[in-house]
Amino acid sequence: MKYDILIAGVGGQGTILASKLIAQAAMEEGRFVRTSETIGMAQRGGCVVSHVRIGSRDESSVIPMHGADLLLGFEPAEAARSLGRLRKGGKAVVNTARVVPVTASLSGKAYETEEIFEYIRRGAQVWTLDATAIAEACGSAKAANVVMLGAGIGVGALPFSVECMEGLLARRLPEKLFAANRKALYAGYDCVGGAKGETE
Amino acid sequence: MELLMGNEAIALGAIRAGVNLVCGYPGTPSTEVLETVAKHNPGDIHVEWASNEKAAMEVGGGASFTGARVMVTMKQMGLNVAADPLMCLSYLGVKGGLVVLVADDPGPISSQTEQDTRHFAKFANLPVLDPATPEEAYQMVQEAFGLSERWGLPVILRPTTRICHASASIAAEPRSGKHEYPGFEKDPRWVIFPSLSLKNHGELERKQKEIGKEFSHSVFNDVEGNGSIGIVASGAAYTYAKEAVEELGANVTLVKIGTPYPFPEDFALEFMKELDKVLVVEELDAVIERSLAEALGKHNIKLGVYGKETGNLPAAGEYTHEIVRGAIAEFLGGGERETAAEAPPVLPVRPPVLCAGCPHRASFYAVKTAMKGIPAVFTGDIGCYTLGNAKPLDMVDTCLCMGAGVTVAQGLYHMEPDKKYFAFIGDSTFFHTGIPGVVNAAYNQAKITVAVLDNSTTAMTGQQPHPGTGRTMMGTDSPKIDIEAMLRASGAGWVKTVDPFDFGAAVAAAKEAAEFDGVSAIIFKAPCIALHKPQGAYEIHESCIGCKKCIREIGCPAISVTGGAVRIEPSLCYGCGLCAYVCPAAAIGEVRK
Repeated sequence: MKYDILIAGVGGQGTILASKLIAQAAMEEGRFVRTSETIGMAQRGGCVVSHVRIGSRDESSVIPMHGADLLLGFEPAEAARSLGRLRKGGKAVVNTARVVPVTASLSGKAYETEEIFEYIRRGAQVWTLDATAIAEACGSAKAANVVMLGAGIGVGALPFSVECMEGLLARRLPEKLFAANRKALYAGYDCVGGAKGETE
Repeated sequence: MELLMGNEAIALGAIRAGVNLVCGYPGTPSTEVLETVAKHNPGDIHVEWASNEKAAMEVGGGASFTGARVMVTMKQMGLNVAADPLMCLSYLGVKGGLVVLVADDPGPISSQTEQDTRHFAKFANLPVLDPATPEEAYQMVQEAFGLSERWGLPVILRPTTRICHASASIAAEPRSGKHEYPGFEKDPRWVIFPSLSLKNHGELERKQKEIGKEFSHSVFNDVEGNGSIGIVASGAAYTYAKEAVEELGANVTLVKIGTPYPFPEDFALEFMKELDKVLVVEELDAVIERSLAEALGKHNIKLGVYGKETGNLPAAGEYTHEIVRGAIAEFLGGGERETAAEAPPVLPVRPPVLCAGCPHRASFYAVKTAMKGIPAVFTGDIGCYTLGNAKPLDMVDTCLCMGAGVTVAQGLYHMEPDKKYFAFIGDSTFFHTGIPGVVNAAYNQAKITVAVLDNSTTAMTGQQPHPGTGRTMMGTDSPKIDIEAMLRASGAGWVKTVDPFDFGAAVAAAKEAAEFDGVSAIIFKAPCIALHKPQGAYEIHESCIGCKKCIREIGCPAISVTGGAVRIEPSLCYGCGLCAYVCPAAAIGEVRK
């Protein structure tokens, strides 16, 4: 079974680490993985997209349009921008916390997310959560990426268990960061079960 | 198996092949190759960031003369800077395997041009390998050293962004041992004179044909399927074509060419025998397409070759799965099914910006403030600070190539001497190709101000050290090259170093520099925010009058309007304090702890 996962966010949100963790967890389950990243000019507050393709030796590293099984949207507008790559009815886990670009502040136009979420809901099975606030509550605002990972596992769209990811975090992270990230992982995982998240 | 980025795979492949020296200059998407060699250095590999690609190529050439195995790394435009030594090395030849890693950038995603290094290889009469995946790049780099030694020529390995920055599960193997080299032996063959060039040129042309024959049996070229319609592809475009052919269930002959030059003509003539027509799927220029047409013409074979030149595929820009699939479907005579998808609502645009706390913002704003109302032109250069072009700073009027800010300003000055000229250049770019421009300005009496934005790193490509930092890729300390002394020695008659966050002094320096009768220079010195994060933070007080001047003037990503109120995002602010200088109501102050 193949899994194509797209991660969309803003430079600095930890999307690249999230894609690496997904890839490594899948490899520990014995699967072949390809990924593709945005590095360089696209960073510095720009849009970043990571592609993770699990179980597909003969494919390109970029997910075709309408091909992704799961979209992890780290930011509402970026989730909407990348929705075209999600297959019809695919799963989307979207962080509701906005990152307001300088251009929006300059233009004076408000950046509202209502219309954006309506658009996303028309094209996907959607779970929304304020990953940024959840991460802060877990002790590290930087762990929002791990909250998103937990939610991705929680909606059943990743081919490994939450325990497997916990083990990987334990091996990958410095000890002082592990506790907050473990909390963040399970907070994201539990959240899409309907407790705090909005299951649709 | 481990997850390796293409650039990491190339580095580990080179280490496995026994590379003795690796040098280069940072440039997206090539940078991580050299960094990975340094990270995994078994201890006996000399690794260095050179001051520019020309220096790197020459250091590499010298090392190869000893019989050592060498890799020189750069991005595609870096090869323009290194063109002189490379062209001459193809005539002079090499002894130890010399692999030139040149990363191309279809799109372009982070480059000024979409030049195709396969063309450069052909121009320089050098073999070039073109990987389709990170795992193939790992194999190719190892093969490239032997190839270089067999033919006595540098070999170019040319991945593109989608290979360099893609990752795959790869089983990398450790090296078997250090590559031992005999050392330099004095010989007239290492001195290029016209008579030697003539002799070697003939040899070089002979080798082209022979390498083409060798490439006809290369494992990097492959044929699968047996349809009468041929799809010939290379690089990342091959993976799009393979996936598309499978999805379309197309009965075609799919050919991969991993050795585009010297062209494997025998291989091509063989697979074209059974075909009715061929579609070539390759990014950047129509290199394989033209080579196929040339081979067919030479052998008087009638067969249609389609691709960029026939308009079947776009002439510019990065290919995608959709572009390739559409072109193949159309080529097979079927229409591509339309997948009508709803367009998203209007989304906020998000161009890359200078970071919150970036010292370049303060430097630009200081010069802008000093030159208010005065006719002035601001020439820019290559680095993070090219982003100073964006509104509201709007402080980059020209940008051409590495080092050109200093020299373009001179051309402008000589034609319009009544204006003020500020040439902005980063510290790493200054060492790269900025210095000769300053010498030229002083010698030819151009009245310009060179503004060195010294943030003590090569920031854009991810914080690499350079000659001014005093750190090397071998982990040793080296004497810091003094930019101020370098400017004075290059003929700048007025030189001053200021901290751009000492805003009043920075504005005064810019005013004084502009009045100087000759070449003046300001070094705006403050470390890159990604390198050194100060602990301070600023906040907006209740006395804010809501004029939004801070947003309109400096465009800091930490400042936004939320619920009608101007707000500084605490997680982004490092307390540079530039906004406090701008605020007319003195409503911005330091957060008290």
